Amino acid sequence: MYVSLRQVPPAPEAGSSGSVSASSAPPPRRVAPVVVTLGFVSLLTDISSESVAAILPLYLTVGLGVSTLAYGFIDALYQGVSALVRIAGGWSADRSGHPKWVALTGYALSCVARVGFLLATGVGAIAAVVAADRVGKGIRSAPRDAIISAATAPQHTAYAFGVHRSLDTVGAVIGPVLAFAILWWIPDGYLTVMMVSLGFALLGVVLLGLFVEDRPASAGTASPAAVRPARPRGPGPRWRDLAAPGMVRLLVVAGVLGLLSVGDGFVYLALLERGGFAAHWFPLLYVGTSVTYLLLALPLGRIADRYGRARTMVLGHVALLAAYVAAAAPLAPALGTVVALALLGLFYAATDGVLAAIAGRVVTPALRASGIASAQTVVALARMAASAGFGLLWFWVGPGAALLLVAAALAVVVVPALVVLAPLDRAEAAR
Amino acid sequence: MSRRLRVGVFVALLVLVAAATTVFALRDAERYRDRHDAPPGVPVAGRAGLPDGPRILFRHTGTDSRFGLVAGVPLAEPGGERVISDVACDRVDAVGGTVSCLHTLRGVVTRYELRELDADLTEQHRVSLPGIPSRTRLSPDADLVATTTFVSGHSYMQTGFSTATEIRDVGGEGRGNLERFALILDGEEVRPADRNLWGVTFLDDRTFYATAATGGRTYLVRGDLEARTLTGLRENAECPSLSPDGTRLAYKVDGPEAGTHWSFAVLDLATGTETVLAGEAAGVDDQAAWLDEDTILYGLPRTEEPGVTDVWALDTTATAEPRLLIEQAWSPAVVR
Repeated sequence: MYVSLRQVPPAPEAGSSGSVSASSAPPPRRVAPVVVTLGFVSLLTDISSESVAAILPLYLTVGLGVSTLAYGFIDALYQGVSALVRIAGGWSADRSGHPKWVALTGYALSCVARVGFLLATGVGAIAAVVAADRVGKGIRSAPRDAIISAATAPQHTAYAFGVHRSLDTVGAVIGPVLAFAILWWIPDGYLTVMMVSLGFALLGVVLLGLFVEDRPASAGTASPAAVRPARPRGPGPRWRDLAAPGMVRLLVVAGVLGLLSVGDGFVYLALLERGGFAAHWFPLLYVGTSVTYLLLALPLGRIADRYGRARTMVLGHVALLAAYVAAAAPLAPALGTVVALALLGLFYAATDGVLAAIAGRVVTPALRASGIASAQTVVALARMAASAGFGLLWFWVGPGAALLLVAAALAVVVVPALVVLAPLDRAEAAR
Repeated sequence: MSRRLRVGVFVALLVLVAAATTVFALRDAERYRDRHDAPPGVPVAGRAGLPDGPRILFRHTGTDSRFGLVAGVPLAEPGGERVISDVACDRVDAVGGTVSCLHTLRGVVTRYELRELDADLTEQHRVSLPGIPSRTRLSPDADLVATTTFVSGHSYMQTGFSTATEIRDVGGEGRGNLERFALILDGEEVRPADRNLWGVTFLDDRTFYATAATGGRTYLVRGDLEARTLTGLRENAECPSLSPDGTRLAYKVDGPEAGTHWSFAVLDLATGTETVLAGEAAGVDDQAAWLDEDTILYGLPRTEEPGVTDVWALDTTATAEPRLLIEQAWSPAVVR
């Protein structure tokens, strides 16, 4: 069966961390230029990675004549690597105080992997290249989100992440379309796709290198200390600082909710079983989710900033719950499909950027990247576990009942989760 | 670096990247056209119509104007002139006058189909498939057809690939995805979440053999289409293929590192004796087809020429050396 995970947990919202004072002069802009620049870096990088991802199965089977199953076995070995690397990336960013350069390392590694795609012709080589790309992705995410968090005034962090994630998603939608346009023109033009992918990756790296400052002055932040560890030469961040009460609450709640987020793949599979569409449309379902996400990321970011980010994140899981119900309920299949995809997009809009925004604010600025990485990793691991467990449930009771069971569990968990996280929003409002 | 300089550097790079990729793409397009116009580099029969009588059907994989089309040679002369049809298939199997053809329709939304053809390769029936074609086999009387496809999401960042294997009545309805069959390993029904099934080979219209994978291990299973069960027979056996007399199974056994290197092995079903065919060292990734009672066929990609494959023959003795049977060919189907 096909199991899909959103490996990347909801992007941490860029909450700037607690030390930034809202009492300073109101920021001139909601979104710092560096956030937009990083958005375009992600856009270019996503065009690059998603264009290759879209054609990789075809390239392996039709172009190289190797089996995707062989590839799948090797690919599975690398599961989890990204999660570990993400923490390491966040920690190095905090430790060194140079998030830009850590992020750049990650982007550059993925760019080098694109060169590998041009040369690799065997299953093992391709798997190694994919692994390098994945490691690069793991390294760059948390430092990048920390920069977004640091550069944004506290009252606008979720919105800023919405801007970044929207641009990112635009790239993820353009990539596959571009790849297939090339294959339309040159039916076996896989290497051209790889070449174009390399070009976009290179542009992304250079854009980051040239235009993103390592320690951007935070909009509306009076002192540079807010974006920079207070003791640049001191002993540096300590792990135990991560265990602040707010962080523990966040990690526990995000972990529990993650355990009940079973992955879009299952929703898509349940929809496929209902027969609302032909099987070949299957790969396009994620486009439906992405487009909804794209449309909702900004408004949801604004709502989160205004009404409470933790609250928004928890309530976003109600949309997930509703998506499960829509996929399992006896609606007309086509209607069920549309509703479920819209709700999944809403779920990601309410959680993906918002988690990073919260995580970046509950820890001290010195630990921002580590905090964001921890939250993202907890969610990623919880969702991997959720998918494995849900697969079992799926075989025991069938797709519809399994989805409804998880929806029921989510319904039970949401209210306690709101209560547990409420202090985070209150602390925020009190600032 | 001043801002103006940085903008200048970026714009220069943009122009450079655009120019380089455009040149690359134009050359690639030219290469494709050249290749598409080239005549086959292997002997091709002038006459039309696939050979009658005992024959081997396969996919022609020469990088020329006939790439990907179904071709046929007489069984008595496999290395001789081939007749190349106008029908494109990624995977072929044939029994008597029935041909199973798995086909990819590339596009912005790439589609995959099973096409059931008659002896003249005229389409009789078509069914949409959920993913990239991998394996197909017909039952001995051509009443049933099995297909394995790879279902993948949009991104390799997700959990990778997975198979969907289905058995259908030829010209009729599906019997369901084999993943939904009860899986019995070591005498107990198990319900792993990560199960995959692939590579069906039929004994008759009820019993078949296939590969089941779960927890990083592969199992040879015997399937019962009526009881909807899959019963594990032994570990480390992939893509079984039943000999014409039904007494032996050829399959792949994996090397010490999972999913990296395969050898063929042949199992005598009556005695349970497994013979590993060590003569083929290439690490084959294909489902064997039986040429006769003592020889299996399989495809191997050429390392230096992406997309080009050859069909090799290997006797079923432990030390037999493989020999090239049909060059520029893939997915052989022997029609006796």
